[in-house]
Amino acid sequence: MQEVNTENEKFVPNIVAFCCNWCSYAGADLAGSSRLSYPANVKIVRVPCSCRVNPTFVLKAFQRGADGVILCGCHPGDCHYVTGNYYTRRRMALLFSFLDYLGIEKERTRVEWVSAAEGAKFSAVMNDFVRQVTALGENKRISDLRVKEE
Amino acid sequence: MQRIGVFICWCGSNIAATVDVERLAQLIKAEPGVVFSADYQYMCSENGQQLIKNAVKDYNLTGIVIGSCSPRMHEATFRKAAESVGLNPYMVEVANLREQCSWIHKDREEATKKALVLLRTAIAKVRLDAPLTAGESPVVKRALVIGGGIAGIQAALDIAEAGFPVDIVEKNPTIGGRMAQLDKTFPTLDCSACILTPKMVDCAQNENIDILSYSEVEDVKGFVGNFKVRIRRKARYVDETKCTGCKVCMEKCPSKKGLNEFNMNLNNRTAIYIPFAQAIPNVAVIDPTQCLKLKTGKCGVCQKFCGAGAIDYTMQDTFVEREYGAIVVATGFRPINVDAFNEYGYSDNKDVITSLELERLMNAAGPTNGVLLRPSDNTHPKVITFIQCVGSRDVSGCGKPYCSKICCMYTAKHAMLIREKYPDTEVHVFYIDVRTPGKNYDEFYRRAVEQYGVDYIKGMVGKVWNENGKLMVQGADLIENEQVVIPSDLVVLATAIEPEPSVRKIATLLTASIDTNNFLNESHPKLRPVESPTAGVYLAGVCQGPKDIPETVSQASACAAKVIGLLVKNHLKTNPCVARPDETACNGCSQCANVCAYGAITYVDKEFRIGGGKTETRRVAQVNPAVCQGCGACTVTCPSGAMDLSGFSTAQILSEVEAICRK
Repeated sequence: MQEVNTENEKFVPNIVAFCCNWCSYAGADLAGSSRLSYPANVKIVRVPCSCRVNPTFVLKAFQRGADGVILCGCHPGDCHYVTGNYYTRRRMALLFSFLDYLGIEKERTRVEWVSAAEGAKFSAVMNDFVRQVTALGENKRISDLRVKEE
Repeated sequence: MQRIGVFICWCGSNIAATVDVERLAQLIKAEPGVVFSADYQYMCSENGQQLIKNAVKDYNLTGIVIGSCSPRMHEATFRKAAESVGLNPYMVEVANLREQCSWIHKDREEATKKALVLLRTAIAKVRLDAPLTAGESPVVKRALVIGGGIAGIQAALDIAEAGFPVDIVEKNPTIGGRMAQLDKTFPTLDCSACILTPKMVDCAQNENIDILSYSEVEDVKGFVGNFKVRIRRKARYVDETKCTGCKVCMEKCPSKKGLNEFNMNLNNRTAIYIPFAQAIPNVAVIDPTQCLKLKTGKCGVCQKFCGAGAIDYTMQDTFVEREYGAIVVATGFRPINVDAFNEYGYSDNKDVITSLELERLMNAAGPTNGVLLRPSDNTHPKVITFIQCVGSRDVSGCGKPYCSKICCMYTAKHAMLIREKYPDTEVHVFYIDVRTPGKNYDEFYRRAVEQYGVDYIKGMVGKVWNENGKLMVQGADLIENEQVVIPSDLVVLATAIEPEPSVRKIATLLTASIDTNNFLNESHPKLRPVESPTAGVYLAGVCQGPKDIPETVSQASACAAKVIGLLVKNHLKTNPCVARPDETACNGCSQCANVCAYGAITYVDKEFRIGGGKTETRRVAQVNPAVCQGCGACTVTCPSGAMDLSGFSTAQILSEVEAICRK
C-alpha cells in the first residue's frame, strides 16, 4: 500500500477517525503491527461502539477545523453490541446528508466497516479517505466565531 | 485541577526509533495540569511500573497518561500498577504511540508531532476521568459446549472432570463429528473410531454431561458468567428415553432411498435411521423430508414394529432455556464444494472423489465395507492420482486463500494405506509444496515416499478428463520441467476445509467476531488463542482456524482450563464503564430502553423537590450496571442528553476531538 503523496505541500488535511473498540480499533492495531502505513494526519478516537458517536462529536470536529471525519465499526451483523452499528448506519446517513446540505461535502464524511482481522482494509480505507479529502482542500464551511483566533 | 503524570515508553526501539521520545517528554510538560513526565525503555517492565508507582506517590498524581503500545495490550497492566499505589485504576489513559504512530510512519518529525497530539488527546481525556469502582456479578456454574465433535467432546470431558456440569449441543442426531467419519489417523495410523468412540461413551456416562443431540442454539442473552441460552430440540419423531437402538425400524422401513450423509452420500439409508453403529445417543431419528408417514400420512411401519413404542409422528420441536457461566464454540468444519473447479471434473466423473469420500470408501463401516472399489463400476483401481491443494492457497476467488493445513498429511496417509493394502496399486501425488511440520509428521511423509514408493510430483494439475473409461490427469512436473499425463482409475481431490456454515449464526448470537473466511477470531493471535474477544466465549477446534486432531484436542483442553478458571469464581468484577442517567434531565420517554440490546434500562417513579417546599413525582430511567455492557447506544438516542457513559463520557470525547483539532 502506497502512502498518499500530497502534491500540494501546503495543505495537509486533519482527519478525525472514530473507531469502535472491538473491530475497527483492533483493525487499526493490526494495520500497525503489520506495518501498513497510512498518513499521520489521521488521528483515532477510541469509542466502545460506533453507535457511541453522537452527531455533536462530528459537528464539533468540523467546527474546530477538521477537514474530514470517518467512523469505523464492525461489519453489519457482527456488532459486539448486537445492533449498535445499525444505529450508526442510519444516524450517519441522515447526518451526512444534512451536512452536505450545509455545504460540508459528503466526501468529507464516511462510515466504513472494518473488522479486527482487516488491518489491510483499515490502511487502504485511510489512504483513500485522505486522498479524497486532500483533493477537496481545506474545510472552511463551519467555524465557531467564538473560538476564532485572530 | 488534576495533577497529571505522563509516561512515555520507548518500547525498546519500536517507538523510540521513529518518535523522539525524549523531546516528547520535555514538550508535554508544557501542557496544563502535567506535573511530571518521563520516558523509559520499557514502561511495562517491573522497573517501568516502579517508575510510575514512585511518581504517583512522589508527585501526588491524580491521573496518569501512558504513551506506549495499544491499550488493548497493556491498559490492564498500567491500571493494576496505579491501583497498587492507591490511584483509582480508571484514572489511567493510554495513548497508542506504537500501533497507531511509530509502526506506521517513517518520518521522525511527522511521527513525533503526531505522538504529541495523541498524548494531548489522552491528557484531555484523563482530565475528565472520574474514579470508577467495578461491581460484582455472580457466576452460573455450568458450561455450554456448542458442537459435539472431538473438540466439543474433549472440552466437555475436561470441564466435567473438574466437577462442573456441561451441556453439549450438537445439531446432528449423534455426537462424534468429522472424526467419526475418518478411517485412520495420522501420524500413527490408529483407527479413528477406536480412539474416538470411548470418549463418546465417556460423555454419555459422565453424570456432569448432558448431551442435547439434534438440537441447535436459537438465542443467547446475557454476558460472561450469566448467559441465558434458548436451545431448539428438533423433533426426532422418536422418544429418546424409550428407543433402545435395536434397529428393527431400520430393517422394516420401506423408504430406503435417502442419501447417507455419514457416508458422504455414497450410499443410501432408510428414512428412520441411526447415523452409525457407535452413535451417541444410540437412538433412531426420522428424516421428515423422506418419511412416507410424515409426507403422505400412509405408512407407519416403524411404529408397528417398534417394540419399545418409541415412535411418535406428532412430535414437535421443543425449546429449553438454560443458564451458563461460559460457552465453548466447537462448531468444526466441512470440506468445500468442489463443483466449481471445472478442471478436475468432479461433477462429471464418478471416479473423481474427495478425500473425505475416500475415507468412507476405505472404512470397514463404509459403503464398500472397507474394500477400495471405484464408485463408477465397483472395480479395484490400479492407478490412483491424488491432487493436493484443491481450493487451498487459491487466490483466484474460486477456493480459499489459506492453507488447510491437514491435507498434506492425510494425503500421505491415504497413499500409504493404499500401498499397504493393495501393493500392486500405483499411487501418484501432485503437490505444490509438502507442508508437514509437527511431531513425527515429516518422518511420516518420508515413509510414504521412501518406504511405500509413492510417486510425488511437484506441480499443479491443469485438467482431468475421461478417455475410454480412464481418467487422464494432465499436470506439470516442475522438477523434470515437462507436462505429464497420467491415465488413472481413481482421482482423489485433497479438498480445502472451511468453517461449518452454521457458525455464522452462532457468531452473531454470541457477538463473537469472525474473519473474512468465517473463522472465529481469537482475542490475541499469540497470547490469547482460545478466547474470543467476547468475554466468557472460548474457541476450540477448526472453527478458529484449520488444525488437525492433536491440535484440536490441545485447544479444547486449553478452553476447558479457561472455563474451569472462570467457573471456580463465585463472582466476577463487572465493567464499571456503564451508562448513567442524569435524573434531573431525564423525562422518562423510554427512547433509551428501546435501543438497549440488553434490557438494562428500567423506569422508576421518583419524587423530586421543585422548590417552594413542593415535590413532584416523575418517571426516570434506571440502568442496571450488572447488565449494561457499555455500548453507549442510549447516550446518543436520549433526546434530553440525560444519558452518559462512564469512561467514555460525552464531555471526554468532545475534549478529545478538540485536542486533535487544536492547531
